[in-house]
Formats: sequence, structure tokens, C-alpha cells
Amino acid sequence: MSDSLTQLTLAEARDGLARKVFSARELALAHIAAVEAVRPLNAFITETPERALAMAAAADDRLAHGQARPLDGVPIAVKDLFCTKGVLTTAASHILDGFRPPYESTVTEKLWQAGAVMLGKTNLDEFGMGSSNMTSHYGPVENPWRRQPGGRAGDNRPLVPGGSSGGSAAAVAARAALAATGTDTGGSIRQPASFCGIVGLKPSYGRCSRWGVIAYASSLDQPGPMTRTVRDAAILLQSMAGHDPKDSTSAPLPVPNYEAALSGDIRGLRIGLPHEYRAPGMPGEIEAVWQQGAEWLRRAGAEPVEISLPHTRYALPAYYIIAPAEASSNLARYDGVRFGLRVEGDNLDEMYELTRAAGFGAEVRRRVLIGTYVLSAGYYDAYYLKAQRVRALIAQDFAAAFTQVDCLLAPTAPSSAFAIGETGDDPVAMYLNDLFTVPASLAGLPAISVPAGRSGDGLPLGLQIIGRPFDEAGVLRAAGVLEDAAQFRDLPGFVAAGRRIRDRDDSHHLRQAGS
Amino acid sequence: MALDRAAVAHIAALARIRLAETELAPLADELSQIIDWFEQLSELDTSTVEPMASVAAAGLPMRDDRVSDGNCREAILGNAPRVAPAAAERGFFAVPKVVE
Repeated sequence: MSDSLTQLTLAEARDGLARKVFSARELALAHIAAVEAVRPLNAFITETPERALAMAAAADDRLAHGQARPLDGVPIAVKDLFCTKGVLTTAASHILDGFRPPYESTVTEKLWQAGAVMLGKTNLDEFGMGSSNMTSHYGPVENPWRRQPGGRAGDNRPLVPGGSSGGSAAAVAARAALAATGTDTGGSIRQPASFCGIVGLKPSYGRCSRWGVIAYASSLDQPGPMTRTVRDAAILLQSMAGHDPKDSTSAPLPVPNYEAALSGDIRGLRIGLPHEYRAPGMPGEIEAVWQQGAEWLRRAGAEPVEISLPHTRYALPAYYIIAPAEASSNLARYDGVRFGLRVEGDNLDEMYELTRAAGFGAEVRRRVLIGTYVLSAGYYDAYYLKAQRVRALIAQDFAAAFTQVDCLLAPTAPSSAFAIGETGDDPVAMYLNDLFTVPASLAGLPAISVPAGRSGDGLPLGLQIIGRPFDEAGVLRAAGVLEDAAQFRDLPGFVAAGRRIRDRDDSHHLRQAGS
Repeated sequence: MALDRAAVAHIAALARIRLAETELAPLADELSQIIDWFEQLSELDTSTVEPMASVAAAGLPMRDDRVSDGNCREAILGNAPRVAPAAAERGFFAVPKVVE
């Protein structure tokens, strides 16, 4: 029973709890065991089993008294970039050693108010800066998927989960959590979702509050759900989204019913295929999955249309100016005075310099230095303002496209998951991972990655639906059709309890009970 | 190469990050490679384009100038690596002496 509880979707678990097929406590216990079982993946920085059981007990109490909330008893993992009151919050950085926030982020507070149960805090690239989870102070996360023998000859090396929300993606894929929160600045939800074979939604900038989310690049950062199905993403987003007066960039817009948007009806929808996304050197199998996705949507009654986003190739360099510039400003607060690490010095400046030298890892240091440079006197116009002007052109490209089409279909990432060290030490080569995700980030658009196929060596490949500002409902509807057509049901090689699902009949029974 | 060792040392001082002498040359290489990659943006004529700082609607929301939070000194000081030893009861962050 407890193995099969971790195989449920969030929607099935919610419905099973409502029908009292199992209790929130049973569901929590199964997932606490699963979190322990996936320790070899290093997906969690902090496990919170006692808190999970206390929250499950409160949920069981409400369920017993007919006062169920939307997520009552649903065990989830939280990216360790969200401040959680009294619970160690690290941003995977040495510089936040021992930090226990005296407050709760708005998004996690909303999730707990909705009845969700916290399993722990997941690993990530330091401050969200990375596409591999290799920059974490707490060590890399391992992807639960491995290449199949017979692919690249005998290559069974551990693979990265993507990043920066790599721990969240690995935990959800390995069935250690029903869902997780992520944050996406240039692809940090969507790219790891693609690498781990799960669903990841970056909402429109402003849809979910950034209050209490440790800042990387404030004009781009956006929290979102990471789940195993599109329906689960809709359910989790429902409780994460909404206006928050504490975030001045939070959008004062009503939140529609996302689950109700999953009608499956996309007849007449015009789907743009941006031809600039045919990147030179892109593997043929990614092009093939993309074409397959367009065909699935066409068969469902949508109309694929070739469109152009002419400034696409300038998005990456613009992003890697803007994001580090904002980061260099945001990370000025880590000074050894108010929280985290402190290395003593003979004077104040020396204390700052020694603390920051010891506390920041190589990639964070690189981005802070780049950001400082592009903002410094004499270079501000040439780099920072130039990048902001290019950002405007990229946003205009999308606005023009949306006069012709309703949403866009594109690959999520230019490759499947790679092995640690496989891409070399070249930072620019690593930045190319964000090729297809960064443009929508710069334009603030909602975008979802859905597992759509597998590479020649058996790894998941995601497709991305990008929508108009605040049209998460439309993005989810199209993604649901893609998901139905793709029928991606495969489990990774490493799942909680150390084995593949054993008790299919039991799970099937629950699925029927919940439908 | 966009940056030499002296330029890297200057940026690091601005960013308040101490670098060892031996770190300057490799960082100059790395950062120059990244900055050279930025140069492709100069292909675009952006002379008539306004810079875009954010996609959020222009204008910040206003609120009444009222105290909405406070009286949480202990919570704020709770994460401090050092609190002034002689005056802990007065609740100060402690830093190295800055005035002679």
C-alpha cells in the first residue's frame, strides 16, 4: 500500500483523501520513507518529517470534520530558495549558513493555508544560478534517469537533473514528493522538468508573489509548480497564484479556475512554431519530438503556423547581462552582519570581502563580478542599457507573434540530461542550455514544459508551450492535449522504495476510486 | 581580451569579494570570454528602442503611510552572526570599529 501511495498523482491523492481511502498520515508516512529512500540522489538539503506529520495530523482533523481545504494532506517538497519560518533556508549557498527565516514566503504560506504538507527543502544551484544543480554548496543532485544500455556504448554515468530547481525535479520524478515548488529566472523550472521527465510551469511574471523568495534577478524570478501531470500543475498553481500587496510587482488580477480550463478542446487554436528555434547543431531527435508535438496538436484540431521571432539569438547574451546585473545588486546584502556566514577582518571592508570570498561559490562569484562590471561607470550604457533595449525587442517579437497565433510550441532544452563534466568547464557552453527558455523569461510570459518523448538513449525530452501574458489557463489546456497524446508513462530507473511500481492493481484501484 | 588582471581586481574590490593574486589571471580569461560573447549585441541597431527594465505594469502601487509591522527586534537579531557583546540587551548588530 505505502509504495503505491507514492505513485499517485496529486489529483488522485487529493481524491483518495477526500474519499477516505487512506489518511493524510498514511500518505505522509509513505512519502517520508520515500524521501529517505532517495537520499542517494541528494535531492533534499533539509528533511522535515516531524513537521510533515504535524501538518498531516491537522489535515486529517479537518478532513474528518468535513472542513477539507484544496490541498489538505498533499505532501510536497519546497525548493530551498523559499523562506520557511524557523526551518533552515540556504539557497544552497555557504553564505547563508544556519539561516532560519523569522517569516514565511507568501507562496509557501498560501500552500500551507491550503492544507499542503511539507516534506523538506530541495537542493538547487546556488542562489538559482545554474542549469545543472552542480553549483550547490551541498553537492550535485543526481537525475533518477540513466541512459539505457545500448545507447551511447556502455555509458551509465550519473546524469545531472538540470537546474536550478534540480532537487525539486529529481524528488518529483523519483516519487519522493507528489509535487514541488520551483522558481524560474531563465529556465530553472522548465529545463530540469524536461531533463527529469516531469511537468514544470513558469507562470507569467507577477502571477505568483516573490515575497520571501530569495532574490536572484528580481525582474525575472517567478515561482511555479513542478508536478508529474498537467492537472497537478493546475491544482498546485491554483493555491500558489494571486495578488500579494507585499510584492509590488505582483499582478492585481483575478486567478481563474485552472483545473476547469483543462477541457481538452483546442479546436481552432493557432499554434506558432518559431523557426529561429531550429538551433544549429540541435540533435535531430529534438527536432523530431517537436514535429511530433505539432502533429499531435494538429490532430486535436489546432492549426500549427510557422512564425518568426527574429531576435531570438540575442536573448541569451542579453539575459546573461541583465540577470547578473540584478544579482550583483541583490547579493550585496550578504555582508556577514545580519545573517549567515561571517569571516572576521581587521576592518569593515575586510570583513565584507573575506565573508563574500568564503561564502560565494565559483559561479555566483563569476555572475556577481560580471554584473558589477556591466553596471560600472563607463560600461553601463554599452552593456546593461544595451541588453535592456534588446530585451524590449524580444518582448516585441512575442507581442507581434501573438497577433497571429494563440500560443507557441518549442523544445524546452537543446539536449537531454548530460553527465557531470560532460559539457566541460566552459561557462558559455553551460549558458546555451537556456537557449529556448530565456526568451519567454525576458518577455515575462507563462511557459510550461511537458514530457513528450525520449531520446535515442532513453532519456526524457520536454516540449514547451508559451502563452500570452497571464494566459496560464490557455497554456495548461494546450499542455494537457500534448500530455494526452504523448502518453509519457515511463518511470525513471531510480524511484522511491528502490524499485519500480510493484502493485499496479492497487494503484489502478485508487485511480478508479478517485475518478 | 576584454579584461586584464588589474581590471578584475578593480571589479572585485567594487563587489567586495577578496581575490587571491593567483585567481586574477584565470578569472580575467573566464570573464573576458563571457564579455566577448556579449559583443554580438552590437550587431543590433537599438538607437530607437527604449530600455525595458521590467515587464510589470509601469508605476508602483501606493499604500497608506502606516506602520504595518514591527516590534520584532529579537526575530531580526536572531540570525546575526554577532550581536554587540557589551550591549546585547540593547539589541545591536556588531561590526568592526569604523570610526577612530
